[in-house]
Amino acid sequence: MTLDMIPRDVTARVASVEWTDAQGIRLMEMGVVPGARVRVVKSAPLGDPIQVCIRNYHLALRRAEAKSVTVVLE
Amino acid sequence: MSAVLESSVVGDPTSPYAMVKGLTIAIAGNPNAGKTSLFNALTGLRQKVANYPGVTVESKVGQWTLAPELPVAKLIDLPGLYSLDATSLDEEIARDALLGRNVAIPTPDVTVIVVDATNLVRNLYLATQLIETGQPIVIALTMFDLAQRSQLNIKVDKLSEALGVPVVPVVAKQRKGLDDLAKTVLRKARPSAICDVVSPLADAQPATRQSKLIQRYATIERIVSDAVDTADEGKPNISERIDRFVTHPFLGPLILVVVMLLVFQAIFSWASLPMSLIDTVFTGLGQFAKTHLPAGVFTDLLTDGIIAGVGGVLAFLPQILLLFLFISLLEDSGYMARAAFLMDRLMRAVGLHGKAFVPLLSSFACAIPGIMATRTIENPKDRVATIMVAPFMSCSARLPVYTLVIAAFFSGRAVLGFISLGAVLILAMYVMGIIVAIVIAWILKHTLLKAPSPPFVMELPPYRLPDLGNVGHALFTRCSIFLKRAGTVILAISILLWALAAFPRTSSNAPDAASVQVQNSFAGRAGRFIEPAIKPLGFDWKIGVGLISSFAARETIISTLSIVYNVGDDSENKTSLVDAMRNAKRTDGSPVWTPLVGLSLMIFFLLACQCMSTVAIVRRETNSWRWPIFMVSYMLVLAYVASLITYQGGRLLGFS
Repeated sequence: MTLDMIPRDVTARVASVEWTDAQGIRLMEMGVVPGARVRVVKSAPLGDPIQVCIRNYHLALRRAEAKSVTVVLE
Repeated sequence: MSAVLESSVVGDPTSPYAMVKGLTIAIAGNPNAGKTSLFNALTGLRQKVANYPGVTVESKVGQWTLAPELPVAKLIDLPGLYSLDATSLDEEIARDALLGRNVAIPTPDVTVIVVDATNLVRNLYLATQLIETGQPIVIALTMFDLAQRSQLNIKVDKLSEALGVPVVPVVAKQRKGLDDLAKTVLRKARPSAICDVVSPLADAQPATRQSKLIQRYATIERIVSDAVDTADEGKPNISERIDRFVTHPFLGPLILVVVMLLVFQAIFSWASLPMSLIDTVFTGLGQFAKTHLPAGVFTDLLTDGIIAGVGGVLAFLPQILLLFLFISLLEDSGYMARAAFLMDRLMRAVGLHGKAFVPLLSSFACAIPGIMATRTIENPKDRVATIMVAPFMSCSARLPVYTLVIAAFFSGRAVLGFISLGAVLILAMYVMGIIVAIVIAWILKHTLLKAPSPPFVMELPPYRLPDLGNVGHALFTRCSIFLKRAGTVILAISILLWALAAFPRTSSNAPDAASVQVQNSFAGRAGRFIEPAIKPLGFDWKIGVGLISSFAARETIISTLSIVYNVGDDSENKTSLVDAMRNAKRTDGSPVWTPLVGLSLMIFFLLACQCMSTVAIVRRETNSWRWPIFMVSYMLVLAYVASLITYQGGRLLGFS
């Protein structure tokens, strides 16, 4: 299951993050690394991007990026 | 505030190095970590914007009195960054300065890393990277009061011990911990070498990089869990409750529209009084100089060139101040990130990034601050595309031109009986600018600036009540940049334009001497020279003179037309300019100006890049002449074609 699929207000744990290019590194630098707890707060008006809560702060990312984050429900 | 723990710090006294010369100290940290508040608290009003030549670096430099007996230290406020592996221009600037790789900025003797106590783990990512470079470092733990309030019990001594660098808790607003910070910085001061670490992860293979990154986070988590007793985390806090409305699928966009309307209303209505005041003062000043100084070239230069030029720049200051005030308030409160979040999906349809929304919005007041605000956009191609379309947003300099044309040819008419035609036309100009920007951005992103859509990963910082001191500082900084950059260019160009219209001299005592002078001047000749080219747009040579002068700054056309039509060039005489335009005849007796000519002129002004200051700023921000030249050329072609279609098409349809 990937981060873009979990419903709002459900907490999950990051299992792995896939990235190949230099840009993808930013997601992990922002704290989205395996083991981190993440909760989807909401989606923007047109369903994208999404707002998540991780490490006690809020992060916005597009669904395309969220797809690269595999999560396990808690 | 608890003291700094001495055990982890080598207990040396104030470094002798610090006694000899004033130290250079850099402040670095994540965006929204409280960097600027700390900088303002440490330096007070003793700060200025430093412009380092060659690179597009713009950082604030202030004076910090570390101890009364020592020379003041130079404190540099760097742009925020999340990691030494920079992804945006802002981050690159900060990283290069921190690692001593930017020749223009002195290598810091000590770096103060600002770490947000409420967001320790992520903030320590950058901090640990910097600690590994081996440079002298002191951590300033900001938002310490907020952390305590949300029951995060941070054991500062343990944290300091684990990290191997001194950690000083501070509360910038209440000036707590600042003395401790000064003492700690003095102890750590030693000359710092240029650092070879380019980017800690840059050369590694993806797999290696990923494992290094995960390792670093694991280390930080261990340190933090040892040093912090945390109460239950993850409860919806105030920010999340505010966001229930502000980023709500329906309410969110509605609030955004209301906020934007409020900003525009303020810019256009509140600014008009101070604007006309400035205008009156400078007109009076010009008249005063004219009557009290002997007539001649130098008086003309002073009144028509310098005073008119300075007045022209200052007249925009109220609008720009108001715009900057709102932008600063919205940024400081955390709303701007929400606006980008709400707009990202729409912006992406064009191929742009949500972060491009703020610069484009700013460009409605003036493209210069808008273009400067594109630095936060990570992808260079996205950034250039945003810069290239920013001038299509109808800026405040176009308004006087729109109002003049509307006053002359469209006033007193209504659409559907009650909406004034003028208001509809102005709205149409704004909408058309936006549509053109969307189309051009789409074309650029699919041709010259083709690149995969960059990831949108953006922090939504917690809402905070804007600190008025910080907002005031930001306002002052941005206005001084505007005055320096735009002001000098506009002043220089207005003097040049004055010279073009004033030479060669025609000596005449006839009542229409001024108008004869312009006709025979270099500018008048140039107007006649381009007349064949602009005739298909419905413009005669007099409008041509106005067009040429407006390439310095759009609003210049009004003063130029006033001179050409020999009506005083102060704004009180705008009505007489309107009359002169209505009465102007061609040689065959037909009127020069018709509503169609007016419309054609408005569209030309909407689309052409008639602004030297914008060109200058694009040159600086893209670091090449290629983009500004490209921008001026394609916008000119676009403006010409659109005006041609308007005028010729209108005539074919039977309008005049």
